[in-house]
Amino acid sequence: MIAELGHFALILALVVALAQAALPLYASFAGIPAWMALAKPAARAQFLLVAVAFAALTHAFVNSDFSLLYVANHSNRSLPLIYRVSGVWGGHEGSLLLWSLLLAAWGAAVAGRARQLPDAFGARVLAVMAMISAGFLLFMLLTSNPFARQFPAPPDGADLNPLLQDIGLAVHPPMLYAGYVGFSVAFAFAVAALIGGRVDAAWARWARPWTNIAWAFLTVGIALGSWWAYYELGWGGWWFWDPVENASFMPWLAGTALIHSLAATEKRGVFKAWTVLLAVFAFSLSLLGAFLVRSGVLTSVHAFASDPARGLFILLLFALATGGALALYAWRAPRLASRAGFELLSRESALLINNVFFGALCFAVLLGTLYPLLLDALRGAKISVGPPYFNFLFAALGAPLALAVGAGALLRWKKDRARRVLPKLLAPAALSLAAGLALPAFLPHYSLRAALAFALGCWVMLSVVPVLRAAVPAGHMWTRIPRSLAGMALAHFGVGVFIIGVTFTNAYSVERDLRIARGETREIGGYAFSFHGTAEHRGPNYQATRGEFRVRGGGRDITLHPEKRAYFSQENPMTEAAIDAGFTRDLYVALGEPLGDGAWSARIYYKPFIRWIWLGALLMALGGAIAASDARYRSRAPARMTQTAHGAAQVRA
Amino acid sequence: MMPARRRQRLVLTALLLCAAGGAAALTLFALRENINLFFSPTQVQAGEAPGGAAFRIGGMVAAGSVSRGDGLGVSFDLTDTRETVRVSYTGILPDLFREGQGVVALGAMRDGVFVASQVLAKHDENYMPPEVDAALRAAGRAHFAQ
Repeated sequence: MIAELGHFALILALVVALAQAALPLYASFAGIPAWMALAKPAARAQFLLVAVAFAALTHAFVNSDFSLLYVANHSNRSLPLIYRVSGVWGGHEGSLLLWSLLLAAWGAAVAGRARQLPDAFGARVLAVMAMISAGFLLFMLLTSNPFARQFPAPPDGADLNPLLQDIGLAVHPPMLYAGYVGFSVAFAFAVAALIGGRVDAAWARWARPWTNIAWAFLTVGIALGSWWAYYELGWGGWWFWDPVENASFMPWLAGTALIHSLAATEKRGVFKAWTVLLAVFAFSLSLLGAFLVRSGVLTSVHAFASDPARGLFILLLFALATGGALALYAWRAPRLASRAGFELLSRESALLINNVFFGALCFAVLLGTLYPLLLDALRGAKISVGPPYFNFLFAALGAPLALAVGAGALLRWKKDRARRVLPKLLAPAALSLAAGLALPAFLPHYSLRAALAFALGCWVMLSVVPVLRAAVPAGHMWTRIPRSLAGMALAHFGVGVFIIGVTFTNAYSVERDLRIARGETREIGGYAFSFHGTAEHRGPNYQATRGEFRVRGGGRDITLHPEKRAYFSQENPMTEAAIDAGFTRDLYVALGEPLGDGAWSARIYYKPFIRWIWLGALLMALGGAIAASDARYRSRAPARMTQTAHGAAQVRA
Repeated sequence: MMPARRRQRLVLTALLLCAAGGAAALTLFALRENINLFFSPTQVQAGEAPGGAAFRIGGMVAAGSVSRGDGLGVSFDLTDTRETVRVSYTGILPDLFREGQGVVALGAMRDGVFVASQVLAKHDENYMPPEVDAALRAAGRAHFAQ
């Protein structure tokens, strides 16, 4: 009964979304204030209805209602409660419901702050968001209904994939989707601006906090995914250039370019057309990612249920959204000319460089991900693009980008002089170069590449200091720094932390796959690992063979318990790595297979500074969120503007 | 003599074009160097696969063919039901590696044996890598992943 209620709520949500998409948009041209005003309550109602559907599905999971096909396929009576809840988004249908819920939540949030926006503009933004929402609701109802029933109901469910029975992966999809879907706000702002034919500082000021928050969610989502892959997949890597990872990374790269070009559009009114285009791309790439993941066209470790009909539907959604927005862009963009000029050495130039590099990186990932698909479709050739391609390009393009970050953030708008800027950069440059050349000398082996990369990381971190100092007038407190600047500085600092984490992990990790017998001791990365055999251990829904490794070194003794789990509902064993996490190093042990006589194959890894990779990402996300909370985004639009009805496309601050 | 501003703009445009062109050239170069082709056991036995270069091979692990050597060495037969290629690998196999399972391996042929540097099996027990699926179909077997 409750499931039918959820299904019904979804249908109602679709009806509301269709109304929200059509009426306010029409009214914004016809000048009917009452219909335009419908957009806000409609957005809230839509959110409420999808939330009801989501609650109904959650109820079915918690109460193990296996008469629902989806629940039966993704849950099990012995599944702990927390994974029965996260199991809601553990498969295609439910994760699509989560996607719709978050989309509706963003819509309701925009509606909540729409007082800032001129009526017609706000109505158009909400209408565009409702179109996207309607597309996904229709997709769910037609091809992927999570409330489909089956008779008779099986006595027990098939179980959630054991890999997904993990706290990191319970949180990863909501964060990631909040980011993906959050870019729909920037997309809707861009389309509404194109409809109105006007982009100005006020537009950029409205779009910025939404974009920042979405970007921060996406950053956290990707970092969580990387962290999960590291400890759960049992190979100890943190990024695999897997097509599905790339699918989440492309919107991130476009989004990063977008938050930078938005800064220039807000402050100086430049790059207007480009900014709008990036906003379209960021969300289009999110949709492309959804297509790649859910259509089954990819060779990927993540393979979701693959069904050609679903793939076709998402491809259609993608084509409509992207094609429509680009057609509108082609028609309207000539109106968005930027007149403000700037000189070669200026903040605008620096942001342009940022955009060129992020654009190139995004294109490189797109090419590396789609090229195999294209070649397969055109010539039937099966190829794959290996990680060396991506690693090479990110090192080659990332290094100049990191070099530019430090100087770029310090440059003044419109025009600056090298004589003013260079002295401020002297100290960070000298310090980071010294640190880079000196520090690796204390490490096991000297690597010039690692030294340079480390210096680059230090440079990015240290160059934040002159930026902050320039912002504080002499004699004032540091607390007077505006949040947007503090957020930017923190995010850039996070980039430095990330670079250092990647550098040390890549250059100084010690990884041994070995055969180890009971009682044997191996020395790895300065730690002595001794194996004390295995014992049986019973978990809530699995039986585990649990190894015991005692580790000496680094001033204290540690015991690690890697496991080999057999879930009752599955045939295959699962590796559960044991990790001793630390600020400057991780110790990682994973069991392979029993080799007879009590000996096992095992992976024993020493991973220096790997936590800094995720720490850096978190700092970036935090910086983005802090910048979004800047006081100037909270001011209301002048009342004069909010009253214009007809032709209210004229968006002025 | 051009006005200073216009000259600067020209320089900026030229720099941007150079950067974009350089990035594009770099990308294409890197792409050319890092493509791994996929071959089925039938194609390998027919001599279509490159001699010493790295490529990917995919198929099912033949029943009863897995044998362990010293340490972490292991070898097994990879089949697409028509032809079979012997694969040798040193390291820890993924959890989902077992007989009858579809796997993809990256490596090169050496003396008639495919020496793998990486062996991939997928997370999902019912999942068949698309290339392996296609190779099996090409070898004349029905789609059995279902």
